[in-house]
Amino acid sequence: MRVMVIGKATEASEAGTPPTMEAFEAMERFIEELAQAGVLVAGAGLKNSAQAKRIVIEGDSRTVIDGPFAEARELVAGFQIWEVKDMDEAMAWAMRSPNPMPGRSEMEIRPFIEAQDMAQALNLEGTHEAPSGERGRLGVA
Amino acid sequence: MRRPVASAGGLASPDAVARRRLVRAAALIEKGKVTAAETPTPSEISRAIEATFRIERARLIAGLARVVHDVDLAEELAQDALVMALAEWPRSGVPARPGAWLMTVAKRRAVDAIRRDRMRERKHEEIARTLDEATDGAVEAVDAAMDDDLGDELLGLIFTACHPILSRDARAALTLRVVGGLTTDEIARAFLASEPAIAQRIVRAKKTIARAGLGFAVPRGADLAARLPSVLEVIYLIFNEGYAATAGDDLVRLDLCLEARRLGRMLAARMPRDAETLGLLALMEIQASRLRARTGPDGAFVPLTEQDRARWDQLSIRLGLDALARAEALTGPEASDWGPYVLQAALAACHARARRAADTDWPRIAALYDQLRAVAPSPVVDLNRAIAHSMAFGPDAGLRLLNEIAGPDADTLRSYAPLPAARGDFLFRAGRLAEARAEFQAAAALARNTRERAFLLSRADACDGRA
Repeated sequence: MRVMVIGKATEASEAGTPPTMEAFEAMERFIEELAQAGVLVAGAGLKNSAQAKRIVIEGDSRTVIDGPFAEARELVAGFQIWEVKDMDEAMAWAMRSPNPMPGRSEMEIRPFIEAQDMAQALNLEGTHEAPSGERGRLGVA
Repeated sequence: MRRPVASAGGLASPDAVARRRLVRAAALIEKGKVTAAETPTPSEISRAIEATFRIERARLIAGLARVVHDVDLAEELAQDALVMALAEWPRSGVPARPGAWLMTVAKRRAVDAIRRDRMRERKHEEIARTLDEATDGAVEAVDAAMDDDLGDELLGLIFTACHPILSRDARAALTLRVVGGLTTDEIARAFLASEPAIAQRIVRAKKTIARAGLGFAVPRGADLAARLPSVLEVIYLIFNEGYAATAGDDLVRLDLCLEARRLGRMLAARMPRDAETLGLLALMEIQASRLRARTGPDGAFVPLTEQDRARWDQLSIRLGLDALARAEALTGPEASDWGPYVLQAALAACHARARRAADTDWPRIAALYDQLRAVAPSPVVDLNRAIAHSMAFGPDAGLRLLNEIAGPDADTLRSYAPLPAARGDFLFRAGRLAEARAEFQAAAALARNTRERAFLLSRADACDGRA
């Protein structure tokens, strides 16, 4: 299963304070360990919300709100995508993550909705049907 | 958290440096006690411990095997360490460096095992004195063995489990067991074999390794280049066992694809300068992106050109194209410099890049098959090459190449339904309907399952409709 590991923002990250060299290196090594274990799929850190924009969608209207946004703890400061066997394994990895921020910080683990979940949730009938009339019904790969 | 995974492989440094960095990392990690908002139940605790163990298990076995020179004993010692952790950690909490904790415990058990062996060897009067000496000496010996620079432990274990002295099937089973952590039951179900058969295969493989006195080191230089193909072959064999699943428990077999891909990712993270390793990873990423699009709701196989491409996993495709780009950066852009995995990845990428089946770059695919035929000739490659040429240059080009598949190759393909099916398709497109019908009927007679047979017979009928 794939999970998104969301690193929540803090007052410090929102203020644009860069992590200490130590914290940065610890995170680098953690990421390397994840890569070596074949767990890491993707990841990135995000700039603070001062550089963000929000688009509010209501019917046909689109309203743009410029950052920064309040409630630092509800904002996302970075993410990684991991491929793990189950939530227990994701938790075991998360428990050994260094703290990317000075002081208290939070991370959140959210499993992906995968194709099979979609199929179940929407009870998609017939989505397998590909455009007809294509040539090469031979399974060329 | 700052960089995309694209550069993750590039970080890998020489093993000794990497190990020192890991040690420093572990020291840096905050040692704050983990507390849950709600007190975890005993079953939650043991699940957490087992998950931690799963992460550490392969590395633990790898490190121990170097000391005791025995995969079976290493596996046993690792298991003992888990038992100790299950007894200890619910009280003490999961240690800040669980891997180091498990290794220390297992090492102590290894020393005990060595001591027992020596006791058996020595006369009774010497036992008491030897015991003390042996214990001290053994601890040092164990430490020294662990510090020997034999390269990355896990990589050494992978190379040992995939040693060419073992049969392909034995390599695959042993790798899944000791590196992948699958149970013999899981492996048996995945390979549609009986559990005793798989268990015996693994036991024999372990004994062969012990008899040969393999050192669990990562091979170096020319030796590395010579041994790598047998590692890549095993990983791709595991992948294909899942990918080509035509029977059995589909979910178990799908997991086999994902496990092979994980092994590929592990290997690529350790060997980021090896083009074929990256090529194999790219191939598996791109093929795995289609796993969900390959079967309809009724379980029927959906061929590549008819799949709903919206169902392809774009993240997996991106990772595959990225790995392929890294491989090409190492080999250069000329396909004539590519090995078989980079070529196959490039083929898979041609399909992945086409938004619609009609956009497929068939001339490029035909050229890549020409290259693949040169470096990895096989009758199946010849057949696929003929199909690619027919798509690129018309049915007559395909027919000409099919006729060139001669000699022993033709014998190999004699009872292979896709061969007459391809010829039938080419003839049909060339307007030679009576001949096409005969080929489709021959193919239907060779089909391995009823669905395939029904499909081929419907194509034979279509020849009548047009006639």
